[in-house]
Amino acid sequence: MAGTGDGKKEEADYKRLHSFPLIRHTDMPEEMRVETMELCVTACEKFATNNESAAKMIKESMDKKFGSSWHVVIGEGFGFEVTHEVKNLLYMFFGGSLAVCVWKCS
Amino acid sequence: PHGKALIKPADQLQLTEAELKEEITRILTANNPHAPQNIVRYSFKERSYKPTAAVDQLAVHFVLEGGLVYQESDESCRLRAKEGLPDGCGEEDRPDSVASKTNKKEPKLTNQFNFSERASQTLNNPLRERSCQTEPPPRSVFSATANQWEIYDAYVEELQKQERNKEKQKAALSRKDRGKSEKMTVPMESQNDDITRVAKAAKIFERMVNQNTFDDIAQDFKYFEDASDEFRDQEGTLLPLWKFQYEKAKRLSVTALCWNQKYQDLFAAGMGSYDFSKQGRGMLVFYSLKNCAFPEYIYNTNSGVLCLDIHEQHSYMVAVGFYDGCVAVYSLKKEGREPVFKSSAKNGQHTDPVWQVRWQNDDMDNNHNFYSVSSDGRIVSWTLIKNELVFTDIIRLPLNGYVSDLHSRCPSSTACGTSFDFHKQIDYLFLVGTEEGKIHKCSKTYSGQFLETYRAHSMAVDAVRWNHFHPKVFISCSSDWTIKIWDHTISTPVFIFYLNAAVGDVTWSPYSSTVFAAVTTDGTVHVFDLNINKYEAICQQPVVAKKKTKLTHVEFNPIYPIIIVGDDRGNVTSLKLSPNLRKKPKAKKGQELPEGPEVEVAKMEKLLSLLREREQSKV
Repeated sequence: MAGTGDGKKEEADYKRLHSFPLIRHTDMPEEMRVETMELCVTACEKFATNNESAAKMIKESMDKKFGSSWHVVIGEGFGFEVTHEVKNLLYMFFGGSLAVCVWKCS
Repeated sequence: PHGKALIKPADQLQLTEAELKEEITRILTANNPHAPQNIVRYSFKERSYKPTAAVDQLAVHFVLEGGLVYQESDESCRLRAKEGLPDGCGEEDRPDSVASKTNKKEPKLTNQFNFSERASQTLNNPLRERSCQTEPPPRSVFSATANQWEIYDAYVEELQKQERNKEKQKAALSRKDRGKSEKMTVPMESQNDDITRVAKAAKIFERMVNQNTFDDIAQDFKYFEDASDEFRDQEGTLLPLWKFQYEKAKRLSVTALCWNQKYQDLFAAGMGSYDFSKQGRGMLVFYSLKNCAFPEYIYNTNSGVLCLDIHEQHSYMVAVGFYDGCVAVYSLKKEGREPVFKSSAKNGQHTDPVWQVRWQNDDMDNNHNFYSVSSDGRIVSWTLIKNELVFTDIIRLPLNGYVSDLHSRCPSSTACGTSFDFHKQIDYLFLVGTEEGKIHKCSKTYSGQFLETYRAHSMAVDAVRWNHFHPKVFISCSSDWTIKIWDHTISTPVFIFYLNAAVGDVTWSPYSSTVFAAVTTDGTVHVFDLNINKYEAICQQPVVAKKKTKLTHVEFNPIYPIIIVGDDRGNVTSLKLSPNLRKKPKAKKGQELPEGPEVEVAKMEKLLSLLREREQSKV
């Protein structure tokens, strides 16, 4: 990001182009993956400014839909190493700057 | 000295004789003499006093009331209770019955007649503890780092990928139309129920079921030996075993039988018709003794099968001759239902029914080849070269004595060959039976003339076969009701047997030089052993319904003591030979019985020499 005017335009361009959800890693079955991804998108759009609320919403809905003990992390920068139940992990990017990790482990 | 003197009381009345004899009557009654007899009562009815007749005559002289009560009665109980005595009927109230007082507990009253008390304790089921632990759901570890540049890079990469995909789709669009039609066919193929993958398992299962169902037959086949043979002297019997039927071959008659030399439970049956007015389709079926319910292989043919032969070394190669003059070679290894080789009109096909085919040893170039004989009078050698049959005319049968020139095409002069057989040891020598009843001894090398001609039968020769052991002997049979055995060096038959019906087939046994079996059209199987009886069959047994069914062919199994016979209804019946039919000459005590082909040859030679001696003595 060099010039200020240019930079602004570029940033807008970037935001527009990179607004779609991008799944980085998952081992969920097809149906579950689509549902979880849509849920994450809805939550992040609803609580665009409050990641904590978004995470809470995702966790609670997932607990309801797929059984208890789901964990959600949302943030712009973090590292993690988690143990998860097989076929119950989704790691995705959204909105160009957010990373969402959803997994289940009891 | 008087014994006794009567003593009279002093105051006794002195009575006269008359007084003593006087009868004085006294009547005793139950009436009370003191009872009043003059009681009168006033009767209101008659208004006067009337004497009453009924007077109590009873007089009581002594009365004493009893004070005893039956101990165990209810009354006694009541009395005791009233008097304040301890309860308990039947209990003696005496000072000496102390023991009874100490345990005076009395259980409730019970039925005294059939009351009985019983108790039992059941076993308590032992308690058991059981627990289990399930495996926890599988887990795995995932780690990653999320930060802005990683996210950015991921998005950029994804966008680029999408770009590339778009380009590809454009390129693929033009091809899509073609692809569509392909896609349509794919599900169609996957839908048809293809059982080839389970075919082997299904086959094994079918055999298991069949062997289970026909277990008794399998046991008979393996172990049953007719014990009654011992009492029958020489004669033997045939035990029917499996019957091989195939629904689609019901209308056809069995025209050829051949065992597989390598897999001795497998045999081939050719289906066709001997009735020239009812020619139609044919069939080639292979049965195994392990499954009598359904053929192992089925080949449908357009023309009736008349003969077949399985190659001895290459047991999957089957040569077949048809009614329409065609010869073909089927391979059991090939998937298809069509022959791998087939003759055509262009390359020397027979013009009349092919009556017999026979595999030969491979030629000098290692090509498989076989011979065929047909009603058109030709004997042809067929060689399998690459993918076609190459023919060579070996001999053309003339009607009159000697062979005419091969190139003179004069059909009226040819005779019809109906059967042939090749010598077991001398490679070039073979016999041909003809429709006129003649048998020609021919050589493969001389197509010009016959080595010998026998005037064998008065009707068509149905089968001619060399003996398995003796190099000089062969047998022939015909519809003229006879079987003849020949020494090929003598022009007259050695033995003649009349069977009283047209003989369909005759075959030597593989285990003895003197045993052979024949089938006749009246449904009877004849088994001969010349070593035992030179004049009659040692077994004559009808095996199918008489009159209705004709037997057409017979064949010995190469190792097991069974024969198969085919009839004109498409059935093949297997029969077990009883011990008498395969009897070895008896060994003298302590003498080792020699075995082997030499012995068999010697056995036949002995018979022949006996006959020769007789001939000579006649002359």
